[in-house]
Amino acid sequence: MKTYIPHKFEVNINDKCIKCLVCVKQCSFSALSFDEDDATIYPDNNKCVACHRCTTLCPTKSINIVKNPIVYHPNEYWKANVIEDIYKQAETGGILLSGTGNDKDYPVYFDRILLDASQVTNPSIDPLREPMELRTYLGKKSDRLQFKENKKSTTTIKTKSEPQVKLETPIMFAAMSLGAISYNAHQALARTAEEHGTLYNTGEGGLHKSLYKYGKNTIVQVASGRYGVHHEYLNAGSVVEIKIGQGAKPGIGGHLPGEKINAEISQTRMIPEGTDALSPAPHHDIYSIEDLAQLVYAIKEATFYKKLVSVKIAAVHNVAAIASGIARAGADIVTIDGFRGGTGAAPTVIRDNVGIPIEMAIAAVDDRLRKESIRNNVSLVASGGIRNSVDVVKAIALGADAVYIGTSALISIGCTMCQKCYTGKCAWGIATTNPQLAKRLNPEIAYKRLSNLLRAWSLEIKEILGAMGLNAIESLKSNRLRLRGVGLSAEELKILGIKQAGG
Amino acid sequence: MKKKLKAYKIKANGLHFKELNNLIKKAVNDGHNSLNIVGVIGQRYIGTGLNKKIKINIKGTAGADLGAFMDGPNIVLKGNAQDAVGNTMNSGSITVHGSASDVCGIAARSGRIFIKGNVGYRAGIHMKEYQDFKPTLIIGGEAYDFLGEYMAGGILAVLNLNSKEQYLPSTYIGTGMHGGVIYIRGNVHQSQLGQEVSSLKLDSKDEELLYPRLKEFANTFKLDFDKIIKERFIKLLPLSHRPYGRLYAY
Repeated sequence: MKTYIPHKFEVNINDKCIKCLVCVKQCSFSALSFDEDDATIYPDNNKCVACHRCTTLCPTKSINIVKNPIVYHPNEYWKANVIEDIYKQAETGGILLSGTGNDKDYPVYFDRILLDASQVTNPSIDPLREPMELRTYLGKKSDRLQFKENKKSTTTIKTKSEPQVKLETPIMFAAMSLGAISYNAHQALARTAEEHGTLYNTGEGGLHKSLYKYGKNTIVQVASGRYGVHHEYLNAGSVVEIKIGQGAKPGIGGHLPGEKINAEISQTRMIPEGTDALSPAPHHDIYSIEDLAQLVYAIKEATFYKKLVSVKIAAVHNVAAIASGIARAGADIVTIDGFRGGTGAAPTVIRDNVGIPIEMAIAAVDDRLRKESIRNNVSLVASGGIRNSVDVVKAIALGADAVYIGTSALISIGCTMCQKCYTGKCAWGIATTNPQLAKRLNPEIAYKRLSNLLRAWSLEIKEILGAMGLNAIESLKSNRLRLRGVGLSAEELKILGIKQAGG
Repeated sequence: MKKKLKAYKIKANGLHFKELNNLIKKAVNDGHNSLNIVGVIGQRYIGTGLNKKIKINIKGTAGADLGAFMDGPNIVLKGNAQDAVGNTMNSGSITVHGSASDVCGIAARSGRIFIKGNVGYRAGIHMKEYQDFKPTLIIGGEAYDFLGEYMAGGILAVLNLNSKEQYLPSTYIGTGMHGGVIYIRGNVHQSQLGQEVSSLKLDSKDEELLYPRLKEFANTFKLDFDKIIKERFIKLLPLSHRPYGRLYAY
């Protein structure tokens, strides 16, 4: 069927081109071809996704990608993307898919929150000269501490602590499965987590044998498909995360298509090559908070009460009540994934219309847990659209203990947000299981780039803390007095638990 | 001749599941390879996460997640079991001389589960197989709705031995099934099946696959194998290994 969808981008190649054909070889979407007869590179604009692999690698910088300037008759209601989505469905009869997180024009509350700084009365701190602590601990904190006086007038803590996981920086890598992303990407995340004393998350795809050595820095995930879950896996990491939901697709399961299940993926997921890996929407043993408690304790029993159990949910309307239920179900960590959270593939209508902003969710959950006096029973991890160090600081000041980053981590290793993860054709070797493409991601370089990112953000967080007159990230937690809102309604300020700027 | 180690006895009466399971884990760590647990009154997680080839005999009513995530043990329960028997188990066996409740065998990857009586809803849901891993779940009595839902591998058989009805009471059988095989002794109406499966007659290969397992089942519960196979069986196979392959617009 002839498509009515016009091309989105135009590839322009100027006369500086030396015909080295790097662009032709690198374009995994087959948008460029070389005609030997007239020795010319021809773009097929219909296929270009603006991933910029060609422009980045072109030695003479002779390629330029621009938006197709085509205009429809101006209409503020029937916009170009609305028309083209209808064309696409008329031509395929299928559910529209998208990669990466919600890209629609909803308010970004992070950008309407400003930070406080110390002036005169409470001096700021210079993080270059003075100790500044980003270390934090995940896990249940005791209701009270009991002490024991020893004979030699020393005191020891009598209270036995629940297991804790130490993070040297409050930034962890979000769940991205081996299969959704390539082995090289996984390895780079694991190495970086180890170097920076933080954690990465396996996602629901099992754990590659060669990555078991990063166990201390690993969160292993148990999702509804239970792929690759077994005794050794459950005991491999520091945390076991039960995935209930994902910010990009709350209430939706996952289908990893058979084409992506090659030998390597088949091994870690423990399913035959070429079969679809279907993760049902719900866990079929969880239909209530009581059922969730059953799985939490099944995992605790299976890990001898040595591992933390996290429960990850998408930020939805009643997130505070659900989080309270999770805390009461025995989880050590509640992870909330906001509506900007990334994905390798989600139905577009779900991605763009379901869930709530993470900023609101953190504030609501932190409030609720405090009011119920159970905040110390769980750590709160926020994720979904954390773009920079300031988002981290704001998330923590709103009430999180730590954050996950997924999209930012992938951008640091080359992702250009072309949103085509679900095609498996990622030209940057990140969101693909095709060995020819996956080898493009040099694990050494990826590790250095990720490591630099964590270093840079951690330095910036120290700068911000210093400016606020704080010397430890834990002093910032839920410290909403240090936040002010601009351009927000009274109701929005109330839910965020912050004051209007100037007040 | 080496003296045979006596089974280690644990009394479960009045114990919280955590206390009971601590005793079990301690006994296993101490090297006992045979445990007799008596007086079980609904404690969860018995055998959960154990990865040694030990024998666990249980008397009483086992709580949910009996043998969840386990890798190796052989559990024999003289009594009934609750939900999620053998949840995500990797190897070993569970024999229940009674009935089991919902999601029996959920996501099991290998090993075998024999239930003498009936099971509740969603038995065998999302069972899988991989290389030499192939789980077997045999149910002597009836199974209720969503039997074998989302099944991706393994062998599931329902024998319906205790009912005079030829047809199982369940509906939505094999909904979303995309691997493995379901055998049913007796018959089902087309309207009882999920749209992703079709009902077929058995051939000689099925007998090779099923009969040794049925013999073991019959021996375990002292049943007459010949009588079991006298009745006709049907098998259910998925129509596609990719039931949801054409859902999306690429």
